[in-house]
Amino acid sequence: MGKRIMGAAAAALAASLAVPLVLAQDAVKEIEKYRQALVDGNPAELWEARGEDLWKKPAGPKNVSLEKCDLGLGPGVVKGAYAKLPRFFADADRVMDLETRLVHCRMTLQGLTFADATKQPFGAGNERKSDNDALVAFVTAESKGVKMDVPMAHPKEKEAYAVGEKMFYFRGGPYDFSCATCHASDNTRIRLQDLPNLTKEAGAQLAYTTWPAYRVSQGELRTFQWRLNDCFRQQRFPELKFTSDASIALTAFLARNANGAEFKAPTIKR
Amino acid sequence: MLNRNTKIVIACAAAVATLAGCAGSMAPGASDTEARAKALELMKAGFNEKGIASMDRLTQDETQALCSQYASGAIPKDVAAKIEKANMAAIKPPSDGKYLGDWKRGEQIAQRGTGFQYSDTKDTPVGGNCYACHQLTKEEISHGTIGPSLYNFGKIRGFTPEMQQYAWGKVWNTQAYSACSFMPRFGHAGVLTEAQVKDVVALLMDPSSPVNK
Repeated sequence: MGKRIMGAAAAALAASLAVPLVLAQDAVKEIEKYRQALVDGNPAELWEARGEDLWKKPAGPKNVSLEKCDLGLGPGVVKGAYAKLPRFFADADRVMDLETRLVHCRMTLQGLTFADATKQPFGAGNERKSDNDALVAFVTAESKGVKMDVPMAHPKEKEAYAVGEKMFYFRGGPYDFSCATCHASDNTRIRLQDLPNLTKEAGAQLAYTTWPAYRVSQGELRTFQWRLNDCFRQQRFPELKFTSDASIALTAFLARNANGAEFKAPTIKR
Repeated sequence: MLNRNTKIVIACAAAVATLAGCAGSMAPGASDTEARAKALELMKAGFNEKGIASMDRLTQDETQALCSQYASGAIPKDVAAKIEKANMAAIKPPSDGKYLGDWKRGEQIAQRGTGFQYSDTKDTPVGGNCYACHQLTKEEISHGTIGPSLYNFGKIRGFTPEMQQYAWGKVWNTQAYSACSFMPRFGHAGVLTEAQVKDVVALLMDPSSPVNK
């Protein structure tokens, strides 16, 4: 889908959101129609294509590609890998989510420093594209249709899940918010936005299997690390560090709760 | 700190008969206490101060700690009573004794969702974002459902001084009435000023407010 068409569609969406509020329910229906119309032309495909190039092209001080990167199913195996993450990696002695593992591969295989591998974790327009976003789009798309199967056999995987659960219920900051404030009840919403109950299988599955997503309102592909980062911003917490053990533990908790569901991302969201 | 560690040791000693053990890194079946301590350790290492959001936001007061501890199950009655008593004692009544401000300003505060995020500055207008979770007026249909509808709040309960005082308390520190409520303690935490709390109370309690139409 061309940029101009996207722009027009976004403008139409904005116009439909600006109608008097008595028509807000109609607007919600229009957004749903808009989402449906974009399923076959999700701009996320642009990120996926760029990610595939980044995966295959020699780069970094060592000038090698990422094609030998082991995402958990063996060097270079991308198909279905995301559906089994986060997991324990013996070579790093650490539980890792996809984004942390990609940083690890870019450091160990391509010779990047941690600072270089993490300097643009999230995209900010055409001038500041994120390689992380593109690689995540490529890898996750290779798990489309695969059932979520996050392991919890290793003691460190069990630990990450337990810690992630405690983080989910941790209340703090000036507003007393935790993840559970918005995501531990059935059938609630903020304004008109429905909220998934992430403590139940159905809600966790619905939410986790639909990230990453192309966000229409932002014109960016957003990864799961971004999603957690932005939740904590709204929780009034300090900034979650990209690929921190805390971010991985919380991801492990949510991903594991989604086990059994078919992975659907990258998707398109408002 | 010593006191906290002592408590953890006692909890571990009590749990050791049935659980895999408390020492060292967490083992399968490790206690809740240990998982919470580890979560806090990882969070202290896993966040950065950014803009107005400093790291002390991860330091819990007793209410936050207790509400986190019991968040996934029922809160024991004595714990709930303890939380409510402490928060009730902390409610600060309006300095001039007048509970009601201007409901029109209250409506703006109820609509506004900014303030205290690291993407805000110290000069960003701070709102109460009441509509995020509550229905308040007939006119605003874009409202959330995490909290109960407050439409006709004053009309149903009566425009009495007692009810004004109650509304003040709920907005200032809701946990005085409902331990571990999801609602922020707007006055207690310094999110809204005394004048802003008055305006929100007016939105709920002024007979001419659209809430009571």
